[in-house]
Amino acid sequence: MNKKNKYSIIIPTYNERLNIALITYLIFKHLSEFCFEIIIVDDGSPDGTQDIVKQLQQLYGEDRILLRARPRKLGLGTAYCYGLSHASGDFVIIMDADLSHHPKYLPSFIKKQMETGASIVTGTRYVKKGGVHGWNLMRKLTSRGANVLAQTFLRPGVSDLTGSFRLYKKSVLEDVISSVVSKGYVFQMEMIVRAARKGYHIEEVPITFVDRVFGSSKLGGSEIVEYLKGLIYLFFTT
Amino acid sequence: MKHFLKLFVLLLAIFAVWIGLLEASVVPQGYALLLPVYMVVVLGCYGILMVGVGLMFFPTCPHEAELLQKDIVEAKEFLKKKGVDVGL
Repeated sequence: MNKKNKYSIIIPTYNERLNIALITYLIFKHLSEFCFEIIIVDDGSPDGTQDIVKQLQQLYGEDRILLRARPRKLGLGTAYCYGLSHASGDFVIIMDADLSHHPKYLPSFIKKQMETGASIVTGTRYVKKGGVHGWNLMRKLTSRGANVLAQTFLRPGVSDLTGSFRLYKKSVLEDVISSVVSKGYVFQMEMIVRAARKGYHIEEVPITFVDRVFGSSKLGGSEIVEYLKGLIYLFFTT
Repeated sequence: MKHFLKLFVLLLAIFAVWIGLLEASVVPQGYALLLPVYMVVVLGCYGILMVGVGLMFFPTCPHEAELLQKDIVEAKEFLKKKGVDVGL
């Protein structure tokens, strides 16, 4: 059964020159027994991310690593759509390029899907064996607050709404993504809430999240406002 | 049914019970009038409690960060050997 399914891993990048090389190595290391392709959607990074991807293509093969570049930053949601349109797998995995999502968890996503036949397997940080590293108290507080609000008002049935390490059946991702309108931070939340409302079978696997090693991640007041707006929007439309 | 409609129906039911209590005067009216205030307070407490519990038991993974560093070193060595420009 392992050999039959093909997995397309979509990774949007912007200035991830070093990280994309590291993550590609780790994916090939941990997924060696599965059939997969990596689709890198690069939004015109000025740091030479695409040059590195071309070198990786030389190393691993152009059929295993697909570079699908776009001229400029066009947003996360459309990056997934764009990557999806080039995916040839039966399943699509989306993950971040910044190493906060470790490829060593990929086999557990795939196994979970095989065992349960789920349409979506989503990584969760907030259960046993999961976890987060590199967050200060304020970041933890915001995250917990956001989660309690979402759990109370949306009741989505999953414990980690804003995580973006997920495996989808390709047809399910195509269906869900076409009904999602949010951008940025709220996008992941809308995806999983809409999928839950449509009645898709969703399973969870624990993942650990090590906040980005190179570069910096941010969560400011405007992100919180965007999140609350997204929550209200989802509350009334789903 | 849309999710917020379910909550709306629940709220309506609670409202009906409240009106019933006010009319039937099973409890003194002074108390009954304050019930919605208590409800809001209880809801607020629930929220704060959930956030507090979540913070207390927030799962962390310092060990994973160390493992990741090792993986990064390993990946860099491999890629350098294969001629990929990892900036070292």
